[in-house]
Amino acid sequence: MTRLVDLATVVRSKNAGPLWLTLDIMFDGEKDYSLALNSEAINATKIAELYGVPAEKVSIIPYPIVNSIKITIPRKLVSGSLGETDVYGCQQYTPLFSVMI
Amino acid sequence: MKLLSLSGILGYGFSEEALKNAFIEPPDFVGVDGGSVDPGPYYLGKGVSFTTRDCVKRDVSLSLAPSLKARAPYIVGTAGGSGSAVHLEWLRDIFLEVAKEQGLSFKMALIYTDVDKPYVLQKLREGRVTALGDLPLTEKSVTDSCRIVSQVGVSPIIEALKAGADVVLSGRSCDTAIFAAPCIMKGYDPALAFHMAKIMECGSMCAEPISAADIMQGVIEKDYFELTPANPNRRCTVRNVAAHTMYEQSNPYMIYEPDGVINLIDSQYEQVGERTVRVSKSRFTPTDKPTLKLEGVRPMGFRSMAVAGIKDPETIKRIDEIFEGVCAFVRENTRGLLSADDYKLSLHKYGTALTKDCCSEITHDLGLIIDVVAKTEESSSFVLSLARSRMLHYDYKGRKGTAGNLAFPFSPSDIHLGEVFEYSIYHLAEVNSLLETSEIHYINVGGANDTLG
Repeated sequence: MTRLVDLATVVRSKNAGPLWLTLDIMFDGEKDYSLALNSEAINATKIAELYGVPAEKVSIIPYPIVNSIKITIPRKLVSGSLGETDVYGCQQYTPLFSVMI
Repeated sequence: MKLLSLSGILGYGFSEEALKNAFIEPPDFVGVDGGSVDPGPYYLGKGVSFTTRDCVKRDVSLSLAPSLKARAPYIVGTAGGSGSAVHLEWLRDIFLEVAKEQGLSFKMALIYTDVDKPYVLQKLREGRVTALGDLPLTEKSVTDSCRIVSQVGVSPIIEALKAGADVVLSGRSCDTAIFAAPCIMKGYDPALAFHMAKIMECGSMCAEPISAADIMQGVIEKDYFELTPANPNRRCTVRNVAAHTMYEQSNPYMIYEPDGVINLIDSQYEQVGERTVRVSKSRFTPTDKPTLKLEGVRPMGFRSMAVAGIKDPETIKRIDEIFEGVCAFVRENTRGLLSADDYKLSLHKYGTALTKDCCSEITHDLGLIIDVVAKTEESSSFVLSLARSRMLHYDYKGRKGTAGNLAFPFSPSDIHLGEVFEYSIYHLAEVNSLLETSEIHYINVGGANDTLG
């Protein structure tokens, strides 16, 4: 078992418009990518739990051309609303670090 | 056909060496994105740019003359950061100033993309508006909005180019439209045009070393396009280019445009030189139901804030209890003057959450922002002043530091941010024509036919 942060080379987050947050996990090679993908540790239930969003609104799309997994979830707040802490959504990736692969 | 993307955003900068290189083989079109929705609702609401005038003027001053000399039309999308009329005219004035200083003459197109409330209300009543997420659209959210823009695609830019514009400043536009419009106008495959545009609109973000502040060159041919950074110290690799394709997109295989959908399932990426990547086999399906995205904001109130730190671990431990006490004190001291609906007092805490996270070192200070958003500027100051002073001197059992709880980094401690805004509209509207929300004005700048005299 290894933590996702130790396996992946890029773990990033960003708004995909003000209503959605998109997370990219990129691996250095096909081996690490497959390991992460096949372990099924990154699944809708887990992401929903980490981010406090409904599992049915979590989209997970493998993007093998660059050994990446893309996750898109609804933002809990529309960007910039009252209570906002991260307008660009670019610091929302750290909950993924501790996912065990 | 060769296109340049000057920078991730006009005003983010580029290297002069890259600019020089980019014009060795002159481009056919020069484009740059002028804005983004990322910085949030304030800029559209307030009518100001998130890039500063000096930065934007620097980029325009360096790049406009060589583009005109090369007879390469210069296209800017989402002018002034948010693309409403006031933003567009702000950018127009910078171009006029540069033209005057450098003695340049050109035909300039201004594409206005604002829409009014009756337009949106009618779409809503006709049931031709679709939500893009968890933001509902009601008649009230439309009437509460203070500024609404439509995000246009390639159509108005093509029209302006066909009318002979040397400079096209477009209001709120799809990032891709800037680069896809000239390619589609010249008859290139829309799939390749949009895919190339999607990757190059961020400047050298698709290169390594990565940079949103440098020039990307795109060359489109019949069956493929190629990307090469203009700065010789950067290179495009298959990995960077394919990775950037999915940047900020919710789906890495689909790009949704007003004109249709670009499907990237079969796209091929190929390294064709040390610094160049070739892309082919993207597909485009035109839509039979064209849509434009509408973006609107409404005022949220007036914000005042104070930044402070706390070092005393006993105070940090009790921070939530202290803040509850502060809120009660504010309620008590505004009774009869302000109701609960008139303001929202909240506390942003920085530092405590970090200790249980996996990264960075443990911090011993707690950083705070006391945040007030209220209906008027006066009530915002009033509430913040009460909350700040109460928190500074809040007493608790066993308190040692009885002279004060908060370390203020600044004098004044209270910062007034003025009116703030929130998104009220972020929806797709079905349109009869992709030109129905845009209005193009032409100006002859400089020379004998100067419109402005």
